[in-house]
Amino acid sequence: MDLETPQIAKKAHAGNFIIIRINEKGERIPLTIADYDSILGTITIVFQVVGKTTTLLSHLNEGDDILDVAGPLGNAIHIKKYENPVVVIGGGIGIAPAYPQAKELKEAGNKILTIIGARTKKLLFWKDKMASVSEELVICTDDGSEGIKGVVTEPLRKIITEKKVSLVIAIGPLLMMKYVVLTTNGSSGLPKIDTMVSLNPIMIDGTGMCGGCRYLTNTGEVYFACVDGPDVDGHTVDFDNLIKRSMRYKEQEMKSIEHYEHECKAIEKLNKNKN
Amino acid sequence: MSDKKRVSRQRMEEQNPNVRIHNFKEVPLGFTEEQAIIEADRCLQCAKPLCVEGCPVFIDIPEFIKHIKEKNFREAIDTIKNFNILPAICGRVCPQEVQCEGKCVLGKRWEPIAIGALERFVADWERNNMIKSCPECMPPNSIKVAVIGCGPASITCAADLAKYGYDVTIFEAFHTGGGVLVYGIPEFRLPKAIVADEINTLTEMGVKIHYNAIIGKIYSIQDLRDMGFKAFFIGVGAGLPMFLKVPGLKLIGVLSANEFLTRANLMKAYSFPEYDTPINVGKIVTVIGGGNVALDSARTALRLGANKVIIVYRRSEKEMPARQEEYHHAKEEGIEFQFLTNPVRFIGDENDNVIQMECIRMELGEPDESGRRRPIPIENTEFIINTNTVIIAVGTRANPVLTKSTSDLKLNKWGYIETDEDGRTNIEDIFAGGDIVTGSATVISAMGAGRKAAIEINKYLQNKK
Ligand SMILES: Cc1cc2nc3c(=O)[nH]c(=O)nc-3n(C[C@H](O)[C@H](O)[C@H](O)COP(=O)(O)OP(=O)(O)OC[C@H]3O[C@@H](n4cnc5c(N)ncnc54)[C@H](O)[C@@H]3O)c2cc1C
Ligand code: SF4
Ligand code: FES
Repeated sequence: MDLETPQIAKKAHAGNFIIIRINEKGERIPLTIADYDSILGTITIVFQVVGKTTTLLSHLNEGDDILDVAGPLGNAIHIKKYENPVVVIGGGIGIAPAYPQAKELKEAGNKILTIIGARTKKLLFWKDKMASVSEELVICTDDGSEGIKGVVTEPLRKIITEKKVSLVIAIGPLLMMKYVVLTTNGSSGLPKIDTMVSLNPIMIDGTGMCGGCRYLTNTGEVYFACVDGPDVDGHTVDFDNLIKRSMRYKEQEMKSIEHYEHECKAIEKLNKNKN
Repeated sequence: MSDKKRVSRQRMEEQNPNVRIHNFKEVPLGFTEEQAIIEADRCLQCAKPLCVEGCPVFIDIPEFIKHIKEKNFREAIDTIKNFNILPAICGRVCPQEVQCEGKCVLGKRWEPIAIGALERFVADWERNNMIKSCPECMPPNSIKVAVIGCGPASITCAADLAKYGYDVTIFEAFHTGGGVLVYGIPEFRLPKAIVADEINTLTEMGVKIHYNAIIGKIYSIQDLRDMGFKAFFIGVGAGLPMFLKVPGLKLIGVLSANEFLTRANLMKAYSFPEYDTPINVGKIVTVIGGGNVALDSARTALRLGANKVIIVYRRSEKEMPARQEEYHHAKEEGIEFQFLTNPVRFIGDENDNVIQMECIRMELGEPDESGRRRPIPIENTEFIINTNTVIIAVGTRANPVLTKSTSDLKLNKWGYIETDEDGRTNIEDIFAGGDIVTGSATVISAMGAGRKAAIEINKYLQNKK
């Protein structure tokens, strides 16, 4: 989805995100900026329908307004020319935010080796876009409906055994990032490689004010994903805790959707009665 | 005079504690007109009023009280507004017991005048009768000034600058204005309609407000200069929550007061699922801290359905920085207090949900740099409290988002902006005030700083002409 936000588009870089609120009663949710066009004044967001807000978002039509859009938030990733190639991994919806990182790194003269993965062929997107900024593009799906059958860590393992790599960037589900980090942290007999992961925890303000987005490092230090990240050194992150924390409002999310569906039904009924 | 002191201090009627713990409506209901006049009549109209010395913005207190006594409510409110543009708010949230009322001579032997309640009374009289006057502004001079943040410091500064005739734009990070007044202080203590009304007055005065505009991200101060702004006021508050460095911080159910209160107040999680933002409140809630923030969190948790709420504070009752009235209300509502107690660690179950907290008893030693006696742990006094939610309210620090992007702005070692008495920073066109300069303080001191800065900004821009 493209949003017309000229000032944000002008300031956006790979790694930044926005916080939106759809209506007066809405919650504030973070969405990564997947692409931006400072001339057209637009930014692109890609989202998966998981909760009420994303459901509502998916029902918007062209030309509709979103009540609040704040950004660009978070730190842009550090762009420089690395000695060796950079591996960019996008898993599922994470393919979208991985794209601008690959693009900016390529523009800085880096050789990009990309791996994208999804559960099944239907959930893959932006293959051409990704290919256009990559030296090599490996596709994998869990069910083998396209590309290699398996998870992204398998091609990653192959690449880093065969080639020298300066940096790995992994964006996707927490579980995927956790396994990427286990592959590159030197514990698996493979060389240790710097790995950046992108955190997308529950947020409210996105400016360091609530601490809801905090994550802990393996050594127990507290950081805030919204202002210290969202892209952080994957080797330091306590993923198991993050995975548990990400589930903490699951029950309420279900309730919120139920409430919404209930409302929709009531409205449908009203409309029917009118006719 | 002698019979005046015998009339006792009037008390505002309050919602019954058993009822109010189930709603978010305001607790004290305010003076009736009759009560206000009786209370005003108790004032001795001192020639050298000590109350005024205790007021951070030096409101002419005897003067406004005299007008109330004479039923000239219009004059009363106008008198206050010459000094303080947010009386409906200050009447409710100022710590009067350490300011004006703490100094009132009557308090030496009897009870001080209820100055806060009187201030609130006239402000509410004006608002409820919908006869709020829009302050008069000087003719527009088309000089653009940017005010960053929309808390009490910024609101005051923006209003004063608008009165001087400047073209004022406020840039606020959130989707509504008010700062701590909307995201921190709960509805039952400060109805949000009052804050909205004040913001409305600002826009009526011609002040423009840009919401969702995080300065340092969407615009830097330099961008704003390039857009034609000639001077800047920074009133971004001290919003960064501090976490205790104790094991178990990662557990689910351990959260900052800022997160808890923001979900509840700003995002109206108390009306979930009508509003989309969820909140989790366990059966037993423990709040760590002894300030207004701790009390507000505790009382909010109670209203959200907690069966038991415990406040754990490392000093004693006497050192609690919270407003007295709120402490009193909290006790009435059945909040438990564990004084001289500090958490040592949080304990979780196999799913990382917090279930217990280990605490240690404290005693008070020598005074520290804040002048309060330093709490020291007493060995071998550890004990366990069962709890399902832990809210940490041990203070906040300066948020670096803006200051990081303005690297030449001088900060002190804690990251607060350094200014002189009048709010001038080391950069000529940048002024600052409120919590971002002093660290967490009070609404009225933030307002005072906003006013001083407006005077300086006016001087600076007039000299440049
Ligand atoms: C729960 C709680 C209860 C309190 N109770 C009392 C009380 O009873 N009595 C009392 O006197 N005081 C109380 N206080 C303290 C008081 O609220 C503060 O001292 C006061 O609000 C400070 O005002 P301020 O204008 O400096 O900042 P704030 O009120 O913090 O406002 C700052 C504003 O700036 C915005 N902002 C931040 N960064 C940026 C940026 N980069 N760009 C744009 N905007 C930005 C914020 O979103 C916010 O709206 C309480 C505080 C809390 C948290
Ligand atoms: S000190 Fe007390 S009695 Fe004296 S003028 Fe002030 S409020 Fe009235
Ligand atoms: S989202 Fe609130 S601190 Fe990061």
